[in-house]
Amino acid sequence: MKNYDVVVIGAGPAGLAAACEAYQNGAQKILVVERDKEPGGILNQCIHNGFGLHYFKEELTGPEYAGRFEDMLKKTDAELMLDTMVLQISNDRQVTMMNPRQGCFTVQAGAVVLAMGCRERTRGAIGIPGTRPSGILTAGAAQRYINVEGYMVGKRVLILGSGDIGLIMARRLTLEGAKVLACVELMPYCNGLNRNIVQCLNDYNIPLYLSHTITEIKGKRRVEGATVSEVDENRKPIPGTEKYFDCDTILLSVGLIPENELSRNAGIKIDPRTKGPVVYENMETSIPGVFASGNVLHVHDLVDFVTAESQHAGAAAAEYCKQKTEGKAGSEPCIKMVCGSDIGYTVPQYIRPERIDKSVDVFFRVRRNFSTSSLDVTSGGQKLISYPRGHMAPGEMEHITLPKQLLSKAAGGAITISAKEVQK
Amino acid sequence: MKHLICIVCPNGCHLDIDDENGFKVTGNRCQRGAEYGKTELTNPTRVLTSTVKISSASHRRCPVKTDGPIPKGKLFEAMDVLDNVELKSPVKRGDVVINNILGTGANLIVTKDM
Repeated sequence: MKNYDVVVIGAGPAGLAAACEAYQNGAQKILVVERDKEPGGILNQCIHNGFGLHYFKEELTGPEYAGRFEDMLKKTDAELMLDTMVLQISNDRQVTMMNPRQGCFTVQAGAVVLAMGCRERTRGAIGIPGTRPSGILTAGAAQRYINVEGYMVGKRVLILGSGDIGLIMARRLTLEGAKVLACVELMPYCNGLNRNIVQCLNDYNIPLYLSHTITEIKGKRRVEGATVSEVDENRKPIPGTEKYFDCDTILLSVGLIPENELSRNAGIKIDPRTKGPVVYENMETSIPGVFASGNVLHVHDLVDFVTAESQHAGAAAAEYCKQKTEGKAGSEPCIKMVCGSDIGYTVPQYIRPERIDKSVDVFFRVRRNFSTSSLDVTSGGQKLISYPRGHMAPGEMEHITLPKQLLSKAAGGAITISAKEVQK
Repeated sequence: MKHLICIVCPNGCHLDIDDENGFKVTGNRCQRGAEYGKTELTNPTRVLTSTVKISSASHRRCPVKTDGPIPKGKLFEAMDVLDNVELKSPVKRGDVVINNILGTGANLIVTKDM
């Protein structure tokens, strides 16, 4: 069996950054495994700009951002294995994979970084009533057809869900000559970034219907139309509010699911809120030496944060190989991050203060919109620190940086983060 | 006073622009927001990203962008220009496809090695 210091699963933005950083931190034999025929992951089809403002301090398109990391990876000694599917990870870090050239084989990894990304929720996941004609696609599938394969997906399009990919596709389809009739969102707020509402919908006068959903799809072979209804506060359709749209295509932008089949089979503990692995401060999962970062861990809005998180995971993986210790699992002091009011989840979920250098970044999402807000960090009923914030929204990931000395004040091994509205 | 959401970066700052007093911008977290606020009310511009045909490559479309913002009103005209472009592999990230597209001062460039 071949031995590697670090095996990275996935060569999207998370995998590329983790591999480069593992190399910078002294890992020598690195293998990056990718199931597609080229690296770059989803960035290859995200031809719009807006990537890299934090990391490169300039505005790049998806392919440009991926290209820069591919160039960086080429400068390392890391091995990139394309067209190869990982089938299984064991809890002693043996990784089994297969491809058409070598068949099925297993390698031993000193450390593993999970960087498999996420996939889209489909019609089946949300259960839309109506017939099952062709012309119903996820927004990402439509993006791939149009931007990579060169097929137009339809002429009159209705978009369900206001995730960023749906908004980006509203603009893309309009530029390519389709008529986008509307974007329909079940929740009372938009799930995408504000800038995308402005530059993708408002720029092209595409209406956004909040608190609305599709209640029927019509069509025998191809979509012929769809009925949209307003929903009440319990998200139930209100009779009498139906609007009919004459469309031939419906795009779904109704959420992303971290792709964790490998993680689950390996016995890695999954957080039901993020649908990604539960991780410690260094992105280590419940299996020692197995790390996770990027959209497989929790769905991000910005690739720049995927990069930063993956560098963290890559560096920790390299460190783990060097020390060759199994850690002191269970014996080390560990603080649990608790979600207080209006906090949906946190990453990491656990912090081992002894492993923190100066501070630790905690990422999370709020559950509702705030105009002027405050993030309170408490422990055992005592307030440790407060961070003033302005506007916050569920569609925009937030983070706070907790200084190390603050962690020593944690009572009962838990720290709670809560969000609250502040009167101006 | 006009209210805009800045689209320069994903922060999406909420800008207030005093359109009666020299377009003074408040609410911006960086200088680029101040510039955006003024430009958006005087001469709105956007970077155009799209694809063009490519032959002998792994895929049929090659992603391109304008290397600077162009007037918003020229986006559809620029899309028409792109319809008639056909590239042949190999192309490199940054290669210029069209110089000074529609006289906007921006070049259309390739964004992926193919």
